[in-house]
Amino acid sequence: MHADDPNHPMAAVSPEPGIAKPDPILTVDAVSRSFGGLKAVDVDHLEVQRGLITSMIGPNGAGKTTFFNLLTGFDDADSGTWSIDGTRLDGKPPHVVARSGVVRTFQLTKALAKMSVFDNLMLGAAGQQGERLTHALFPFLWRKQEAEVKERAEELLDRFKLGHMRDEYAGTLSGGQRKLLEMARALMVRPEIILLDEPMAGVNPALVQSLLGHVTALRDEGLTVIFIEHDMDVVMGISDWVVCLAQGSIISEGLPRAVGSDPKVIDAYLGTHLAEEATPADAPDLAPESTAHPEEPTS
Amino acid sequence: MDDLIRVFADALRGALGPDAAAFAIAAVGLNLHFGFTGLLNFGHVAFMAVGAYTMAIVVDAGLPLWVGVPAGMLAAVVLGLLLGGTTLRLRADYLAITTIAVGEIIRIMIRSRALEDVTGGVFGIQGVAADFFALNPFSPGNYGIWRVTFSERQLWVMVVGWTIALLCTLLVWALMRAPWGRVIKAIHEDEDAARALGKNAILLKAQSLCIGGAIGALAGMLLALERSAVDPNQYLPQQTFFVWTVMILGGAATIKGAMAGAVMFWFIILFAEGLLREGISQGIIPDWLLTSQQMFAVRFVIVGAMLIGLMIWRPQGVFGRREEVMIGAR
Ligand SMILES: Nc1ncnc2c1ncn2[C@@H]1O[C@H](COP(=O)(O)OP(=O)(O)OP(=O)(O)O)[C@@H](O)[C@H]1O
Ligand SMILES: [Mg+2]
Repeated sequence: MHADDPNHPMAAVSPEPGIAKPDPILTVDAVSRSFGGLKAVDVDHLEVQRGLITSMIGPNGAGKTTFFNLLTGFDDADSGTWSIDGTRLDGKPPHVVARSGVVRTFQLTKALAKMSVFDNLMLGAAGQQGERLTHALFPFLWRKQEAEVKERAEELLDRFKLGHMRDEYAGTLSGGQRKLLEMARALMVRPEIILLDEPMAGVNPALVQSLLGHVTALRDEGLTVIFIEHDMDVVMGISDWVVCLAQGSIISEGLPRAVGSDPKVIDAYLGTHLAEEATPADAPDLAPESTAHPEEPTS
Repeated sequence: MDDLIRVFADALRGALGPDAAAFAIAAVGLNLHFGFTGLLNFGHVAFMAVGAYTMAIVVDAGLPLWVGVPAGMLAAVVLGLLLGGTTLRLRADYLAITTIAVGEIIRIMIRSRALEDVTGGVFGIQGVAADFFALNPFSPGNYGIWRVTFSERQLWVMVVGWTIALLCTLLVWALMRAPWGRVIKAIHEDEDAARALGKNAILLKAQSLCIGGAIGALAGMLLALERSAVDPNQYLPQQTFFVWTVMILGGAATIKGAMAGAVMFWFIILFAEGLLREGISQGIIPDWLLTSQQMFAVRFVIVGAMLIGLMIWRPQGVFGRREEVMIGAR
């Protein structure tokens, strides 16, 4: 269902920063993180609706990646709490966060270059008995599970069209293929929430379409997707909800169109661009008429 | 010509002998640390020392060897936990710095006056291998073929040593082919990637440190049994770097590399030393270039040259795969 549809689950939610959602899976309160004098993240309240695609936008250095790092335990917040379905995750180390169903990908892709594409996927599966030292030496304790994991890995390999690279070192993949691999590997964990940090960055336009297809498919399977993206066409096309961060705080959230035409958002983008002495023409095209569907490339 | 054959035979003896077996065991442990897990352990000798001394102290106290050996391994595990608990949360370089320091701290501690009652200070502890040689099934005599022969005591240490080396190699192989090994490889390459997938990187690194350390302890114990004694001078920092050379020579992150590396290492060292010694005694190498008193230092020159050569021509070692070393080096 496209976000412009009046029956969209978020159609009735008013576009205010920190607004409550009908069915939030992730709730964030008073999270802050400073680097020296710089307040990188300062979010009062944010709820993320279950089973939808929520995009995070914001100019470079707005604090999007830092926000992801805090949520997933890769960085320590100065203050704040967050929880998924009532389970507190603040202060938890990354592996505990992942085991609670929140899995992330990285802005700079972390494909494990010296492992095969297939082993990258096998690694992802959660709760593997053979990863326990007490079990590792006794294959009969993990062989059955290993076979199940293998089956799922083969499925994802096919789905993400990486089958022909199965036994190659992941280091031989192209940038776009690595993004696909990282996403597929995250799915091996069977997360409830997947956090994607610029999954389309540096990916060729043909592959962008396929990546977008995968992201929408994840939502349609019931996953909650939060993703950081700079390309406004992409954001307008597939998001159910958009959150705009600037200087660490949420300055706007709402349906894609509403955020896209919010003067505060346009200001934030133009502001930073002017500050960098770039021409306003460099600013992303936020006008509503440019909300192209990803399925219909404009090129 | 006959001299050359003798040098060759002596080198071969050393390459199969008890020392080579001990270094093979040590290298298997270090390979788990560095080769597979990526832990920069520059103080492997600490595990060897802790293992050997614990065993020696236990045996010296009148307890049997079968108590002493597990006690030595346990002590190495404790050392692993201490090292891991303090440094594994930090960047990899901190483990490197800490292990170098701990290696020296342990050596200085065991030779100190303060601990003389326990460790024997600079004199060490003698007569720790009575139990071990009481088990020797070989009757007195010389064993071997051609000029490569061993006494019954050496043979017994060799048989036990190479068996342990093989068992440890099998242990590491079994661990690395299990899903546990997959996580270890992932941690080696990118710890954050592994953690983002729900893997407890610190726990697995600590496990690797402890297992590799316990294997290192076995190597230390074997050396102690061979010499029937422990003394602080067996645990100088260069031992660690000999073990590193053995591991790199065979091929880090390969299964058979450690054992093969130890054989090659000792053969190269002893053969080169033998040639030089022969050259000096026959006057081929003039006095002003090298005297027999300087031979001790030559070993370090050979090891250094070997390492440099490897890094230039074969960084993956004899059994490693070049692609694995080169990927990501761009
Ligand atoms: N480890 C760090 N140490 C110091 N400053 C940092 C650190 N990480 C981030 N910052 C600063 O925090 C701010 C937010 O950075 P962040 O990476 O979160 O931005 P972002 O929104 O992801 O930007 P981009 O769109 O360019 O990826 C930046 O000003 C950055 O310089
Ligand atoms: Mg970022």
